[in-house]
Amino acid sequence: MLIFCATLTVRYWHQAVRWTVFHRGSSQRSFKCMWRVICWRAAASVAWAVLLLPPSIAVFVIISRVSLLHPIQWISECVSLLTSATAIFSFILLCGVVLIVGFLNLEYYTVIPSIACSKIALLGQLLHPRQFVSSLVHCILGVIVAWCCAVTIGGRYQTLGYPCTQADGSPQLCLNEYQVILLLAGAFVGYCHSVLGVIHNMNYVSFHTVQQYKYLRFKGSLPLVVKCSAIQALYSVRNYLVVYFFLGYVPRTWICKTLNLQLNRLVCSLHPLDTIAGLLDFSLLYHLWISGTFLLFTWYITLLLFRIFVTEVCFPVQSSFTEDVHQCLPKVLTGQQPAILKFLALHDLALLSQHSPSRRSEVFSLSQPGGHPHNWNAISQECLSLLADLTQRLVAHHDTVATNGRAKSLSTGSDKKSLSSESSGTILLSSQDVMTPRPSVLIKTPASVFLRSSVGSPLTVPFTPDLDSPFSSPALRRLAGPVEQCSPWHGTVQSPHIMRRGPKLWSTSTGERGLQNKTEHVIPIVDPCAIWANEFSKAEQLKFVCFFTLNCPIQVKNFLAKRVLIMYLLNKLPEASSQALFADTQSHIWALEGLSYLVKASFSEDQFGVVQTTLPSILSSMLVLQEAVDRHFKLPHASSKPVRSTSSMEDSSYKTLRFALRATLKTAIYRITTTFGEHLNAVQMSAEHQKRLQQFLEYKE
Amino acid sequence: MCSLALFPPPLPCGQATLCETNNELLSRSASEDCLKQESSPLSLYFPRESLKPHSRTESSSKAAFLDHCETLWMRSAAAWRDAGLTGLLNEIANSSAEVPKWLSVSSGCVLALLQRISSFHGSLFPHLTLSSEDMIAEFSQVLKWSDCAVRAFAWHPHTDKFAVALLDDSIKIYNPKSATAPTLKHRLQRSVAAVQWKPLCASALAVACQNCLLVWHVDPCSLSTRPSSGCAQVLSHPGHSPVTSIAWSPSGSFLVSASPMDTNMMVWDVAAESCVPLQRVGGGGVTFLSWSPDGSHVLASTPAALFRVWETRMWTCERWPCLKGRCQSGCWSPDGSRLLFTVQGETVIYALTFTDTPGIPSNTKGPKAAAVVADLSETTFNTPGGDIVVGGEIQSLAWDPRGERLAVLLKGDPQARDRPAMIAVFKTRTSPIFELLPCGFVQGEPGTEPRLMQFHPNFQHGALLTVCWSNGRITHVPFYFLSAGMARHGLGGSPPQPRPEERPADYINQTLYTELTT
Repeated sequence: MLIFCATLTVRYWHQAVRWTVFHRGSSQRSFKCMWRVICWRAAASVAWAVLLLPPSIAVFVIISRVSLLHPIQWISECVSLLTSATAIFSFILLCGVVLIVGFLNLEYYTVIPSIACSKIALLGQLLHPRQFVSSLVHCILGVIVAWCCAVTIGGRYQTLGYPCTQADGSPQLCLNEYQVILLLAGAFVGYCHSVLGVIHNMNYVSFHTVQQYKYLRFKGSLPLVVKCSAIQALYSVRNYLVVYFFLGYVPRTWICKTLNLQLNRLVCSLHPLDTIAGLLDFSLLYHLWISGTFLLFTWYITLLLFRIFVTEVCFPVQSSFTEDVHQCLPKVLTGQQPAILKFLALHDLALLSQHSPSRRSEVFSLSQPGGHPHNWNAISQECLSLLADLTQRLVAHHDTVATNGRAKSLSTGSDKKSLSSESSGTILLSSQDVMTPRPSVLIKTPASVFLRSSVGSPLTVPFTPDLDSPFSSPALRRLAGPVEQCSPWHGTVQSPHIMRRGPKLWSTSTGERGLQNKTEHVIPIVDPCAIWANEFSKAEQLKFVCFFTLNCPIQVKNFLAKRVLIMYLLNKLPEASSQALFADTQSHIWALEGLSYLVKASFSEDQFGVVQTTLPSILSSMLVLQEAVDRHFKLPHASSKPVRSTSSMEDSSYKTLRFALRATLKTAIYRITTTFGEHLNAVQMSAEHQKRLQQFLEYKE
Repeated sequence: MCSLALFPPPLPCGQATLCETNNELLSRSASEDCLKQESSPLSLYFPRESLKPHSRTESSSKAAFLDHCETLWMRSAAAWRDAGLTGLLNEIANSSAEVPKWLSVSSGCVLALLQRISSFHGSLFPHLTLSSEDMIAEFSQVLKWSDCAVRAFAWHPHTDKFAVALLDDSIKIYNPKSATAPTLKHRLQRSVAAVQWKPLCASALAVACQNCLLVWHVDPCSLSTRPSSGCAQVLSHPGHSPVTSIAWSPSGSFLVSASPMDTNMMVWDVAAESCVPLQRVGGGGVTFLSWSPDGSHVLASTPAALFRVWETRMWTCERWPCLKGRCQSGCWSPDGSRLLFTVQGETVIYALTFTDTPGIPSNTKGPKAAAVVADLSETTFNTPGGDIVVGGEIQSLAWDPRGERLAVLLKGDPQARDRPAMIAVFKTRTSPIFELLPCGFVQGEPGTEPRLMQFHPNFQHGALLTVCWSNGRITHVPFYFLSAGMARHGLGGSPPQPRPEERPADYINQTLYTELTT
């Protein structure tokens, strides 16, 4: 059945993921259809994870019952166990676990990582209700997996209770602490997995730069998964033992009470498990570690398969008319899609522009009645608006940082002014933005915590990395830093997000969209206090602080500065703001690649000259972005490299996206200048940009 | 099929090749040549004596210090840090006086077992027993790499600057348009096996070192002569050393690196400093890489009699088992459709043709068999100075970016005086059928042999072959010709000479003569 399901899924994509380069269709239908594609991919990944369960269970059984002294007995026991009813029952249970883990992966994944800019923001993420649910589910799943492990290992772990005789000789049911410790270990490892998932952005799905077939990618990462799960399990078990040593009696007595079991005094007096002697049981440690490894391995495999399946791009070469017109690339690019679809579309654009001459020719083609280059217009405008958006974000960030953390007197026009003062090319761009209503709201916020829902949830938004200040939200900043008494938004409900993106929002989106965004940003202003109150035991004091803040900022600042813990929580993590600023930059990288390859190809393939009309704006937007990126890299911490962790399932590629963007941008400009060479002197651009381009033509950048 | 017998005889002693014009290789006496070359800004001379190689390794400096007593724990920890498990076991086995007898005996046993295993592994893949310096020398494209003053050379793909890696582990960058010649030095820059500039970039230079890869970012506008080591990115992966070959993708997005010790071929995303290992176990390592100019294929040869051709869309590979030895060198035609390669122990050049157009994923594999296109078996030439035997095994191949000249570096025999290493240059023609035609031998000053050669990536008037000689001199040999695809009337003739003032007097007449005949 499973194989059938998998093959069905495989066949389905080949029909479904087909971004053809046509320009028609209804967006609503396309949205649904595309969303279904993602779901099918997730389903296929879960199906494969389930298929991989029997071999991993077999390996687990063999390793857990290892006895080198009696090899024949060992093997025969393993075989008989694997064919027994308990094994099949635990297999069914594990299938259920994998299904739920797969569902959680689908529900929680994001293509734009959420980067916490301070410790308190991270704390906010961890205590978010959504995250709490996830942790709880992981705990329960961990217990289930641990129970399966206990049953499989057998022996003293087999049952929760066993008959024993008390001191007075009466038969009773006693608690088997060995199973308890294993079950609790499962819960603990599951919880650790979910918490570390938040800290390391485990739900971030990155797109590989090197395309490989799914099987090869899986094969390549399998050793890493084994290594990671073994190491992670080792650390988790170590921490768990410490916790159990101190707090182990709490769950034990609780279980005894609720299940009406007795503690076997006789056995416990020999080696109760929350003593050092009891815990130094080598076989117990080994089984704990093996179970933890097995648990993490199955989950990591599910995660790995999900990542591999969901980021796969198919390459159908579409040369004739098809029925699936609503899945055309320009539609998906410009449409209102979940971020993943937009990313897939941009990725596909980058690949088609590089590899597929026939699909490029469709991009350069004219519409049949009318002769308009709709495809090229849609694609280029979407890419340019992405670039302009990033430029604007960078400039705004730089402005706020350059004024040393205090907000400049932000009038709604300030962004535009700063941009236009830099170059005349931007005016052209922004005017284009005004012309094209472009609902790309999804990518706009650099990182709301769980990004798939376009409406940010109220609790997390204040902890989205703020671009400019050490404090996570304006309210928090006001709480600690008194300097902005006179700033225009003091005491108002406007957050810098709105201020900065104000012109953009009003010019590009309809009222409804703007309103949605506004509410998204307005809610947080009140909230931080509430969160604080939840977080600390000193709730009353902090509520007072919140209230007090509004009145005497300087005293508050002094007060807070003395509290080391609070400053520790509020202190900004270095380079996090830079990372947050470039969190969604993968899309910009593809846009740059796609544009530059298309422009390069247009030199020989564009029969109607459709690219020529946009060439000046493409060049100037790239140059403006280049300038903004260069300026950004002069900021402190912006060019410091993150520490590389090799032995972790964490995908840390988002930490280096800004470097990738810088390199791609330069390469993209060079790609255009080397192709066009001296012809670029005939392109109409501002003198400043001409000069800049000349530098590229002479290879002096 | 072309063979060396069709070649014009080598120059008499004391003559050096100057250039090709009108389908003829011109020469002049070596002393004159020296004078002229000195004046040219791009010709360089690195006397072997002026360069001091690094003789000491990290461990050998230990002997210079007095022995002092440390506890066993300290020594064990140090041994573990320096040499890993084997070092630790060695330390324990050697200090039998301090440790219990069972421990020293058991560690000795484990050590012996490890050595057995590694020697067995080494017998499967003999190259694994070499030291890393020897390994680089064995698999390098440079003839006698360990003894060479110039160890690597790379032209910038777009401009007239080049990088030279020297025996003393420094890299110098020369640019005719700038007075400064930056010298790059880095703590980790040891035993440079290859350098290559990043395409579509002005500044990035990748360097294959003994333990890692370095990517230097040398600002072309900077006036600094010693860029700090902060300008270099260090890319390393455990087990991936020594790096013997690197190749940038022509689009500048990836860098692939190869090490004979590692069965992985690494595809680096340099900006993100991340790598994707592409593992294929057969062959026991990867020695030489070459990316086709259109970016669609990568040649990866292994130390065993096997090489692979990767396609770069989905990174799958074709296996090509060779009969005799490993693939020593290879080069791609400019359109990426044809691969020429040579096999160690054979004296022929093979060609493979890839017909699938890039962009369309086709299930049709490439060719089924390689065709022999040239035979370079030993041939005796009678020269005034005596008989000279030319031919034999091939060290490296280089194809000019227009696809018109193919330079072949022949190993020769270092023991015999009459079998010198030599560069043979072929003309290549693709239509109506692919064939190689003899052009001539490129020779340097008497007593020198070519070690390394590379074509200039965008020479306006034909092809420019840069040769590094055994005496540390770097010369440039231009080949003036018009491409077959260009103006018909120029077929066979030369384009106008670029620098009339440098034109030697003795072939002005010849130009006139050609003009008369045409």
